[in-house]
Amino acid sequence: MTATAPVVADPAPLPRRGALTQSVRDSLVVARRNLIRMTRIPEMILFGVIQPVMFVVLFTYVFGGSIAIPGAGASTSAYKEFLMAGIFAQTVTFATAGAGAGIADDMHKGLIDRFRSLPMARGAVLTGRTLADLVQTAITLAVLAIVALIVGWRTHENLGSVLLGFALLLLLGYAFTWIGALIGLSVRTPEAATSGGLIWLFPLTFISNAFVPVNGMPTFLQYVAEWNPFSATVAAARELFGNTIAGVPKSVTGAWPMEHPVWATLIWSVLIIVVFRTLAVRKYRSAS
Amino acid sequence: MPGAIHAEGLVKTFGDVRALDGVDLDVPEGTVLGLLGPNGAGKTTTVRVLTTLLRPDSGRAVVAGLDVLKQPNEVRRSIGLSGQFAAVDEYLTGRENLQMVGQLYQMSGRAAKARAVELLERFNLTDAADRPTKTYSGGMRRRLDLAAALVVSPPVMFMDEPTTGLDPRNRQQLWEVIQELVAGGTTLLLTTQYLEEADHLAHDICVVDHGKVIARGTSDQLKQRTGGERVEVVVHRPDEIEPARSVLAGFGKGEVAVETHTRRLTVPVAGGAKLLAEVIRELDGRGVEIDDIGLRRPTLDDVFISLTGHAAETGAAPEDGEADESGEDPRTRKETDQ
Repeated sequence: MTATAPVVADPAPLPRRGALTQSVRDSLVVARRNLIRMTRIPEMILFGVIQPVMFVVLFTYVFGGSIAIPGAGASTSAYKEFLMAGIFAQTVTFATAGAGAGIADDMHKGLIDRFRSLPMARGAVLTGRTLADLVQTAITLAVLAIVALIVGWRTHENLGSVLLGFALLLLLGYAFTWIGALIGLSVRTPEAATSGGLIWLFPLTFISNAFVPVNGMPTFLQYVAEWNPFSATVAAARELFGNTIAGVPKSVTGAWPMEHPVWATLIWSVLIIVVFRTLAVRKYRSAS
Repeated sequence: MPGAIHAEGLVKTFGDVRALDGVDLDVPEGTVLGLLGPNGAGKTTTVRVLTTLLRPDSGRAVVAGLDVLKQPNEVRRSIGLSGQFAAVDEYLTGRENLQMVGQLYQMSGRAAKARAVELLERFNLTDAADRPTKTYSGGMRRRLDLAAALVVSPPVMFMDEPTTGLDPRNRQQLWEVIQELVAGGTTLLLTTQYLEEADHLAHDICVVDHGKVIARGTSDQLKQRTGGERVEVVVHRPDEIEPARSVLAGFGKGEVAVETHTRRLTVPVAGGAKLLAEVIRELDGRGVEIDDIGLRRPTLDDVFISLTGHAAETGAAPEDGEADESGEDPRTRKETDQ
């Protein structure tokens, strides 16, 4: 070690910022950290993109010919258009498992302790992480939309409406990231966070209107599916993309979210963010 | 006047385990306190409470004049923590890590950048500054971790086993940095399992075991408490143990301890090197062949063993750190305490 610079520098007075300013600034510092990490582990983005692309291709060509949408006949293009909103929603939802694993990894490596010993905003570590994940999800979604267009997916609404559809998908994905964050803070190992972060996503995405219309489900599951926040977003995206099918009713059970999917998506997402952000930040503050 | 670090009656239980059972500490400004103890003794828990990471069940603590429980965020502005792990992001470069920590200490982006350059140079990391820390050696990561703890030159530093797992050269380098820090007026609380480290760096030492401070004082005071100097003899043949014992009994101030299988005899003495010469002459006169003889002063290891009943590195819990405290049965602990 050289003796050129002193270990002890003159302690500069630390600026005092407003709570909100500090929170935003700290969150961005952490988000930047997570985005830098992303660029250093490009294979993470790559796998994150390949998986949903595989889903698009498999569902379109393997199931596409066999799954008949009532009222649309067995035409592949009808199912393709019906399906895409579901795959998009599934993609943004599955991306949440990464947040949990990442946070659990930070705990494991002692980084969360370091952050907690710093005079930074309490929610910033988690907010920064979820914002970085949002960026990654947006990139994945963009690639996926291009692939979908290549295999024959078309929208039938104006650009503003289509973009609003994507915005709602991202909003739902962002909301779910907070559930992932809470799981990541609650488990002992990064491995547990990965499996724990995935397990709830299967019933969530399959008991829904994403892959098949809910008509064919038992009555009880129809209620679950139509009140599922995930279904609301799928329905909203389908509507905004102009991918609804005339023969498929908006709702089987008359559930309010199915009748007003855009509003339902907004309400569900905000609710999830408020509840799970509160729980996750509380957990973070007492993490040990 | 309370010191830069002051704790009273800290208690923390995890389930049935009393990790801290009434810890009192006082570290005067500008001094180093070595917290010594086996794994699971409560060292890390103490550091976690004092650095606001963990709320104690009861007790109070003041760090840099600020109440740890009532003003945690102000405390965080005044402390640096270097933990058991090198807590740096392995995908970020050394420079990016330090800049991030600086900004989270609420420095401006520019100030954080400048400070990072300074610290990288000071810790001999300039060449590796723009490489992800994943590529760093263990010693380099520890140095970066310590640099991160020093970003704002906090008046009070906590280091939890800073040199565990480091090779002797890197340990020596870290010691130099620590000594320079303290010379600059920083107050430091250091936990360690290496008695030599505490001996070398700490002004005062607290020995903790089972969540309690069981002894405190300077290194010399603790050694004196354990007993003064001793003469230690290893004889060549087993049948020489008896004659050697009677010789040593004549010089000693206490009982002669004999380890038959190693043919080692030990006796507390007073009289130093001069006495040692007399012992040698006497043994020689009786025809006792000596393999090894010496005047030993107690080491902190002796202190440790005499206080806790076991050596520092083969402590209570098998794993590193306090993570395994739950593996201990607190009831058996209590019984042995009584």
